[in-house]
Amino acid sequence: MVERISPLGEAFRPGTYGNLVDGPGVTLTEATPAAIAEASAFPGSAEALLGAIETVTGLSLPATPGAGAVGGDAAAFAIGPGRHLVAGAEGLSASLQAAVALDIGTVTDLSHGRAALRIAGPRAEWVLAKLFALDFSPAAFPLSEGRATAHHDIFAHIQRTGGEQFDIYVFRSFARAFWEEICAAAAETGYEVR
Amino acid sequence: MLIPCPHCGPRDLSEFSYQGDATRTRPDPASTDMKAWHDYVYNRPNPAGPHREYWQHAGGCRTHLLVTRDTLTHEVQAVAFARAALNDGAGKP
Ligand SMILES: [Zn+2]
Repeated sequence: MVERISPLGEAFRPGTYGNLVDGPGVTLTEATPAAIAEASAFPGSAEALLGAIETVTGLSLPATPGAGAVGGDAAAFAIGPGRHLVAGAEGLSASLQAAVALDIGTVTDLSHGRAALRIAGPRAEWVLAKLFALDFSPAAFPLSEGRATAHHDIFAHIQRTGGEQFDIYVFRSFARAFWEEICAAAAETGYEVR
Repeated sequence: MLIPCPHCGPRDLSEFSYQGDATRTRPDPASTDMKAWHDYVYNRPNPAGPHREYWQHAGGCRTHLLVTRDTLTHEVQAVAFARAALNDGAGKP
C-alpha cells in the first residue's frame, strides 16, 4: 500500500491564530479518511446503488437531492443525481466495487485524489459563508446533508458532519491552497489548527 | 443571475457553463445536405425574449440542464434536467 502524506505540508501549523479576543471561533483540522470513493448509478439504478452503499457501510441514504448520512466509521452524501461520495475506512472502495454490480453503476476510488478539511465551531457557518454562495444555516443545510459547489475554480463537496462541523472535500492538489484560504477567512473569528 | 438547479437549488451563474442553443436539431449524420448542416452549425435565431438553452452545472452536481431564459431580462422561466428521465420525482420534497 502506498503511504499517503498530507497535501497540506508545511501549511499545516498547529496553534491558535488570528483574532483571539473571544477565543478561536473555529477549529481547523485535516480529516481525510483512509478511503474516499464516488459511487454512480446508471440510469434507473439509483435505488439499487443506495442499497449497495447501505450493505457496505450500514448507512441508509434517502434518494433525495443532497441527502447524506454520517456513521461511526463511514459517511456518504449525494453529489448529484444518482451520484454519491462515500468516505470510510481502509478497504471501503474495494468493498463498494464488489457490491455494486456492473449493470447498476460504477465505483471510482478517489482516496488518493481528494483531501478532506474539517471546520468546526460556533463560527463555522460564518466562515464558510465567506467562501461559498450557499446557505449554511441548519434549516437550509441540515446535519449529514451534502452540497456540491465551487470556490472559484476549486470544486468542493461539503457535508455537515456535526451540529457545528463541516467536512470539505477538495481535489488533493488544491488542498494546500484552499487550506490557506480557509485560514485567511477564519482570521477574523480566530482559529485553532490541530 | 441565479439558476435554480433541480438537484442543488438556486446557484450563482458562476457555477454554470453555457452549453448552447437547445432549439437546434442535428441533421441525420448521414445527410450531405450542406444547407441543413450550415444552419445547424452556424445559424441562430438570436431571439429577444424567451430562449431554450443548455447549461451545465459544472461547479455543482455536473448535470446538464435545459433552461428557458428571457434574453431581455435574464429571468429564468423554467429549468429541467436535460436527461428527461431524471425529472421524474426530482427536486427536494
Ligand atoms: Zn446542480
